[in-house]
Amino acid sequence: MRVGLFVPCYVDAFHPEVGQATLELLERFGVEVDYPFDQTCCGQPMTNTGCHEESRATEELFVRNFSQYDYIVGPSGSCVNHVRHNFDAPEQTDDVKQVRARSYELVEFLHDILKVDAFPWAEFPHKVTLHNNCNALRGLNIASMTELREKQYSKPRDLLEKVKGLELVPITRPDECCGFGGTFSVFEEAVSARMGQDKARDQARSGAEYVTSSDSSCLMHQGGCAERLGLPTKYIHISQILNGARA
Amino acid sequence: MSQQQKPDTPAGRTNEGAPANLTHGAGASVTMPARGPEPQPRGAVIRGNHPIDQAEAAKRFMAAPEHLAMHDQRLWDLRQKRDRQKDQIEEWEELRQLASDIKTHTLTHLDTYLEMFEKNAKANGVHVHWAKDAAEHNAIVLEILRSKNAKRLIKSKSMLTEECGFREYAGEHGIEVVETDLGERIQQLDDEAPSHVVVPAVHKLRTDVAAVFARTMGTDPNDCEVTHLAEEQRDHTRPLILSADAGMTGCNYAVAETGSVVVCTNEGNADLSANTTGLHIVSAGIEKIIPKLEDAAVFVRMLSRSALGSPITQYTSHFRGPRKGGEMHIVFVDNGRTDRLGLEKFWTSLKCIRCGACMNTCPVFRRSGGLSYGATYAGPIGLIIDPTFNRHKYSTLPFSSTMNGSCTNVCPVKINIHEQIADWRRVLSENHEIPAFKKSMMKAAGMLLASPKLYRASLPVADSALRHLPRFIVYNRMNTWTRGREMPHVPKETFHQWYKKNRGKKGKKS
Repeated sequence: MRVGLFVPCYVDAFHPEVGQATLELLERFGVEVDYPFDQTCCGQPMTNTGCHEESRATEELFVRNFSQYDYIVGPSGSCVNHVRHNFDAPEQTDDVKQVRARSYELVEFLHDILKVDAFPWAEFPHKVTLHNNCNALRGLNIASMTELREKQYSKPRDLLEKVKGLELVPITRPDECCGFGGTFSVFEEAVSARMGQDKARDQARSGAEYVTSSDSSCLMHQGGCAERLGLPTKYIHISQILNGARA
Repeated sequence: MSQQQKPDTPAGRTNEGAPANLTHGAGASVTMPARGPEPQPRGAVIRGNHPIDQAEAAKRFMAAPEHLAMHDQRLWDLRQKRDRQKDQIEEWEELRQLASDIKTHTLTHLDTYLEMFEKNAKANGVHVHWAKDAAEHNAIVLEILRSKNAKRLIKSKSMLTEECGFREYAGEHGIEVVETDLGERIQQLDDEAPSHVVVPAVHKLRTDVAAVFARTMGTDPNDCEVTHLAEEQRDHTRPLILSADAGMTGCNYAVAETGSVVVCTNEGNADLSANTTGLHIVSAGIEKIIPKLEDAAVFVRMLSRSALGSPITQYTSHFRGPRKGGEMHIVFVDNGRTDRLGLEKFWTSLKCIRCGACMNTCPVFRRSGGLSYGATYAGPIGLIIDPTFNRHKYSTLPFSSTMNGSCTNVCPVKINIHEQIADWRRVLSENHEIPAFKKSMMKAAGMLLASPKLYRASLPVADSALRHLPRFIVYNRMNTWTRGREMPHVPKETFHQWYKKNRGKKGKKS
């Protein structure tokens, strides 16, 4: 199985440790992982603003970078959801269609494809609260949604429960968007920051020492809000916990 | 970056349980306890046809901590009550699908059912009128009122009459309109539009209501007791209702097979409006038609559960014809609906049953207030309907969303609201209805990100502020990120650099 490692632009620039943890974690399971050097971004920032045409060349580059892999795996539900569901600027050739279908967010890849049943190296003796990115939740369905009447499940929770010592604690509005919203975070900064601050307060009140998520963008935003508020909560990507990070 | 203003009380709750260091900050020394009640933040500034600045109005709303906290919590409570109702109905998701399917069928056979309704309603002795737009609707209603020499009209809440600007029009033509829904009456007395389709005055604190009543009815401005306020309003309005000349209601469902109209209220005020005077005028959008009475059962089961988290509205009234010696009219209004029906990506917005569930769940709406949208329809459903009325004026609204998708999930008729928001952004961008700086920013970002060389070259500006965020985010007239948040901490190298150093270009471990 050859996997192309998709490292979203903001992970590359701000959270290289998330890329590293994702790479190492996949390798622990014997997966052959390549990092295509010419990758940049999935195109979501432009499409998110309605500029699909402006996103076309970036999306075509993405396809060229990843078309030769059995799976494309990235530590971001938002970016993967974009590739899988909104990647419509390029002509829908077989390559494009295959890249879209083979793109997986890390948690669902571990859960659904590798069907991981243990992380023997992982131990995280802390209170942790889980944040599901809205695209990962309502686009990729990595967990059941509070709005729907459906059987309850959570792929990230299933994985985190296999980590020794980790205690999951709930917050009062689990599925509430944190307000990052891509370009929303800069164009509508006041509401965005307010939502993030409310989210950070909710997390702090839960007693959690750490917030984890399969999306660095939400964590980056929430962490920035928590820091501004002087809250002690720490933010860590799920790949790091599963890869054996010790806080 | 460090001397940012101290954050307000969190929406919906106090700081209880938060760490003590939350309360420090530069703002503490200048914050004085407010004297008297917090003034109500007003809605968006309307400047002719200029695009609405929702973000600006939202900012003012968020600057009023008591209003923000009450509004956010009140609507979140409705969302939670809605969730509990949903959990009690085993077939909830099937019901949503059924409701959506009924609407699909009806909207694709609209002509058939409208004609069927007309035939059956006429047989019941109801007058049926057709209005192609708001102006025609208003003129038709005025003509009916004049034919009866009616001076005072009592009416129940109707978003359609808001859409048509009917109240203002009627006033200009010498008709005194009295709203009979409590929330809507408060909004009327305050000369403000409803901020929410179901709870029109939800953005007001009781102190705001007391101030409005004191100003318009001469009541005690310091008496904010809810029961007293309700009683004052009742005492003030009942005589007006009893001496009215005509009554008007909206329409939740117009049933084609029976030619009857169903109106749902919690205050019984549709019945008051319809039955007091002997003249009942119904305003209905053409999309309110449903084929059969049994279809109404599906929507009745969903409406109040979605809206308020109660199993059913207190009153579900069926109006089939005029009372003895009276008259009943129904005015069907298009006002852009058939055009909307022709929009491939947006026609399903016509399925909306105006329950407001999308507003209750929307985190942006809860923190902005419905009036911040500066349009008849606020919140998620408004974002996808308003641009069909005026593409330029409402061009900014589809951007007032994180597209998180919660609205789509709570919608009882399964409108893919967040996807339509995204589709609107595309339409607006392609039609040059987004600001030029945004467009050129995206064009520049697209060119940069399409070229690995240029992109990589843009990143190692390690010592400049631009290193903090990718250029396409920071390359803005001003960096807004840090107003309410800290910047991410900059790592010593990018993943790309780390990989190159540690794994080599071929991807092998060195």
